[in-house]
Formats: sequence, C-alpha cells, structure tokens
Amino acid sequence: MILTILSVLLIISGIFFFFTATVGLLRFPDFYCRMQATGKGDTLGALLCLSGIAVYNLSDGFTLSSVLVSIKIMLIAFFIFIANPTATHAITRAGLNAGVKPLMKEDLQK
Amino acid sequence: MRYITTFLILFLNWLIWSGMFDAFHISLGVISCALVTFLSHDLFFKEKLSYRNIVETVRFIKYIPWLLYQIVLSNIHVAYLVLHPKMPIEPSMVRLETELKKDLSLVAYANSITLTPGTITADIVDRKHYIVHCISKKVADDLLAGDMEKRIAHIFEEAGYKED
Amino acid sequence: MENFFLTISLALGFLVLLSLYRGVVGPTVLDRIVSVGVIGTKTTVMLILMGLIYKRVDMFVDISIAYAMLNFIATLAAAKFFHVRKSVIPGVRFYKEREVK
Repeated sequence: MILTILSVLLIISGIFFFFTATVGLLRFPDFYCRMQATGKGDTLGALLCLSGIAVYNLSDGFTLSSVLVSIKIMLIAFFIFIANPTATHAITRAGLNAGVKPLMKEDLQK
Repeated sequence: MRYITTFLILFLNWLIWSGMFDAFHISLGVISCALVTFLSHDLFFKEKLSYRNIVETVRFIKYIPWLLYQIVLSNIHVAYLVLHPKMPIEPSMVRLETELKKDLSLVAYANSITLTPGTITADIVDRKHYIVHCISKKVADDLLAGDMEKRIAHIFEEAGYKED
Repeated sequence: MENFFLTISLALGFLVLLSLYRGVVGPTVLDRIVSVGVIGTKTTVMLILMGLIYKRVDMFVDISIAYAMLNFIATLAAAKFFHVRKSVIPGVRFYKEREVK
C-alpha cells in the first residue's frame, strides 16, 4: 500500500515537470531558452515517472522477474539521464555554429 | 585487466537484459561478450586500470545525490520562470574559464552544468573556456562562483586543487 | 489503478499534442528537432504505461529502451548535420564562411 502511494506521488510530480517543460517549449521567446526548459524538465520528468513505475511494479511482491523488470526500468531512466543533457548540448552547439542568434536581455527590454 | 573488467560489465548487462538463466542463453552471452570484448577492449578504458579508478568511481557515486538535489532545484526554478505570468528571464551568454585538464572531468563538468539551474553548455573552446547560456542573472553569478568545479576536480584528482 | 494509468497516458498524449505545435510552427528547423526529441521522451514513458495497462511490462520495457536509443541517435545525427552545414535557412549553405569572405 505504501509503495502504491509512493508511486502515485512520483508519477504525478513527474507529470508536473513534463507539463512545465512543454509550456516552456511553447512560451519562451527564443531557441536557447526553449532548450533550457526542455533539457531539464524532460530529464527530471522522465526520471520521476520511470522510478514511480518501477516502484509500482514491485508492489505485487518481490519475485525475480518483477525485480528484473524494475532494474530494467531504472536502467532506462539512467540512460535518459545521461543521454538527454548530451542531446541538449549537441543541439545547442549546432545552433550556435549554424548562426541562430541568441536573444539577450537588452533585446527583451525594448 | 581491461579485458576482464569490460567483459564483466558487458556480461552483467547481458544477464539483466536477457532475463533467461538457462545454460543455452548464458553460453550465448559468454560467446558474444567475449567477441565484443576482444574487438573493442580499448573503448571503455583508454589507459591501464589502477587503484585510482576505484577511488574515482566511489567519489562519483557520492557526487550523484548532490547532483540530483541540484537538478530538482533547477527544475523548480525553471518551473517558476515558466509559470510566472511576466516570465522574468534575462538570457545571456557567459564565457567561463576552467582549469580542468582530463577528458572525463571536462565531460562531467559540462553535463553537470547542463543539468544544474538555468545553464546550458553551448561549446568548449580550446579546452580552456566553456560558452554557457544562462537564463537569469542570479544563476550566472552562482555558476561563476565555481563551487561545482571544485567538486569535479576533487572527484577526478586534478592537479592544483587541494583535498578538503 | 488501471484508470489512473489510463489518465496519466491521456495527459501525456495531450502534452505530446501541445509540443507538436512547436514542431509545426517553430521558426527554425532546430526548434522542430527539439520538439521531436521531447515527444520521443514522452513516448518512452507512455510505452511502459501501456505495458502496465496490458500487464506485459517485461515485453514493453525492451521496446521502450529501443525507442529511447533511436530517439537519442536521431537527435545527435540531426545536430551533427546542422553543425557541419552551418546554416538553418533552407537553400543557403555555409552561410557563415561566405560572410567572412
């Protein structure tokens, strides 16, 4: 029962961070600021959602197969945790090299 | 030594992902892991393994909880910026000098910057400067204070930094 | 509990639709690539939720890791392409170097 409540809490907070990432993707005025929102919000959202699912998967009982599946889910979370910042950095560098102008705060105050 | 470590890492992954523990599947795993180890033993570890690698691994594992805490802080900061009706952002590009030398510590520092509050590493120039995009002024000041660089230097035992 | 997972999946689907807006409208090509990457991360989570609903998590986990890896490689490949091409404007190539000369 405790595991179920914990997993529900984790999944709902994950969904909240997914939501802020998406709203940031829609609202921010410039490419680099959008990368700020998606690169962080998606990583933490996926991490929280996947750990919530892994915890729920254990709530039926600790058998060998369910523990294996939970370890696999946590490995996916670890992979996303490594891969998402790398992809964010690669795309930001490509944008800088391709001549997308960053919006500075002086431009915003006009 | 490199062969054995690479083989063990690969074989552990094989066991987790296949999920079958009978003799046929395990022997398949041993054959394919041995083949991959033989072909690409110099990909994981470029230099010879030593006692230092164990120290680095243990210190890196200790570093992860602090990083997770920073990530949660950064997400709450970004969520506040996104949901605020006026969006109080002050984006700027900052040039950040670093004295880290090793490949792995440069990569770890860049990834940590990307994950912590409001900053993204955009480029590394000549292994001396990072070009960092900051979303607000407070965040840029935090980054220039250089707390995280000290932690990374401590993990990978860079020269020029004293141990605490 | 199944209803809860169904609701979460629907919420994720709604967020995917919202991110698709940036993919359709986005001013530069890079914005579209970012949008595709964001949708891919959400799909990775959605696949495992589908596995929970159908009670076959052990199978859907493998599909999900394959999807996550493909998504990562696609983003990296697109970033590499635009890094070398040095222009995001269709039809204009090596925009920066021409400006220097």
